[in-house]
Amino acid sequence: MSEEGEALVKIRDLHFSRGSNAIFRGLSVDIPRGKVTTILGPSGTGKTTLLKMIGGQLKAASGSIVVDGLNVGELSRNKLYDLRKRMGMLFQSGALLTDLSVFENVAYPLREHTDLPESLISHLVLMRLHAVGLRGAKDFSPAELSGGMARRAALARALVFDPMMIMYDEPFTGQDPISMGVLLELIQTVNTALGLTSLMVSHDLEEAMSISDYLVVISEGIVVEAGSPEQLKSSTSEWIQQFLQGKPDGPVPFQAPAPDYEAQLLGKL
Amino acid sequence: MSNFLQKFGAYWLGKLERLGRATLFLFHLVAALASLVKRPSLLVKQLHASGVMTLSIVLVSGLFVGMVLSLQFYNTLIDFGQEERVGTLVALTLVRELGPVVTGLLFAGRAGSAMTAEIGLMKATEQLSGLEMMAVDPFKRVFAPRFLAGFIALPMLAAMFSAVGVMGGHLVGVEVLGVDANAYWSQMHSSVSFTHDVCNGLVKGLVFGFVVSWISIFEGADCIPTSEGVSSATTRTVVYSSLAILGLDFLLTAVMF
Repeated sequence: MSEEGEALVKIRDLHFSRGSNAIFRGLSVDIPRGKVTTILGPSGTGKTTLLKMIGGQLKAASGSIVVDGLNVGELSRNKLYDLRKRMGMLFQSGALLTDLSVFENVAYPLREHTDLPESLISHLVLMRLHAVGLRGAKDFSPAELSGGMARRAALARALVFDPMMIMYDEPFTGQDPISMGVLLELIQTVNTALGLTSLMVSHDLEEAMSISDYLVVISEGIVVEAGSPEQLKSSTSEWIQQFLQGKPDGPVPFQAPAPDYEAQLLGKL
Repeated sequence: MSNFLQKFGAYWLGKLERLGRATLFLFHLVAALASLVKRPSLLVKQLHASGVMTLSIVLVSGLFVGMVLSLQFYNTLIDFGQEERVGTLVALTLVRELGPVVTGLLFAGRAGSAMTAEIGLMKATEQLSGLEMMAVDPFKRVFAPRFLAGFIALPMLAAMFSAVGVMGGHLVGVEVLGVDANAYWSQMHSSVSFTHDVCNGLVKGLVFGFVVSWISIFEGADCIPTSEGVSSATTRTVVYSSLAILGLDFLLTAVMF
């Protein structure tokens, strides 16, 4: 369908609002095939919303999202579900089903969508659990897992169907240094070993820059800058430099929009 | 004044919009029921969760309600020398009204609130989104089994409530107060019609099961995915279900009897 090297996800002139709050105002971006791409941006810029829109869980007001040649907004329910079978998504909370064990969680997509014999399902699940280091925790319930283990179990579940792409929603938030290192290693390993496309949203700059091939910075509903980590570091944009260096004031002001300070204190408003 | 009218209008428009959303949700829910033919185990699991787990509270309540009815009717009927009719009145009251209504209220409090909280928490912890991203329809796997289980379980629980209530009435009326056992059962047998009384009571149970399950599942799926949102949704489930049961009971009684 699409050639090697062509973008796997093409987003064009995307508009989306929540109530009167415009989240995207004409956002356009390409997510390259076979690479690790990270979408960066301040909190509340709609990074997670963008992932949900790529997965077809939210509909755009206008514009298009094309995944592997298919316009997500125009797909019928069945075709959208077929596309989702080729996408994995790692939610921030892991989103494991709490009434199933780790093994059953990973086996769940296989049981739902295939008629594979139990022995084959068992082998596939154990292989995925072994890859994320949780074969020994297969009988644990999700409540018995630490945050990092829950994300690894969810990663095993997202990979069990051999997807063409995997989306990570803030994978490093709230992780201790060891869990962070494990997740970084796993994301890189699965991307190269399985030859899939990884799309991550994050505001953990250092980690994102260390594993990403391509970075996209979004703010106020549009792409501010995109490029390799080196290109971003050498950007002359004050906004990008403020964001990368974490400066409290700059093009993104420290103060929320407010009336004149002096006038307000003197009661002239 | 115009500000008040604006808020008043916006409030009721919001309510109507939500009612429309709940109706569309119901159509989607009913359409998803067919998928249970392939996965009956999902239904069995929910029948256990909402039916079997509610059984003990229904049986205990039924016993006490039957005992209280027997005592009250006896105290009134003894003045007219009609205490043999205790059995008839206990049975008719239970089968026609209190069986389905009290069971419906208990079911809303025990199983309905649990359904709302469970689905609301699944939404808050992104489990529903996770299912959708695995190309699994939550309507087929999560909502439809709970809806059908509530629809089936409530009339069965109501029937058991009434049966145990009649036993409780017998315990107090016959064993304690000395009403003749033959009179208790024979009067009941001759006055209670299976088609008119028992079947109409079961129909009430089916209607209440339908409405309580619909409200419980919709409130869970439509809640704001925060701890406060789930808490409010659970409260709304019990309040709306209780009011719906009492209102519908009046309408059904007016039509049936």
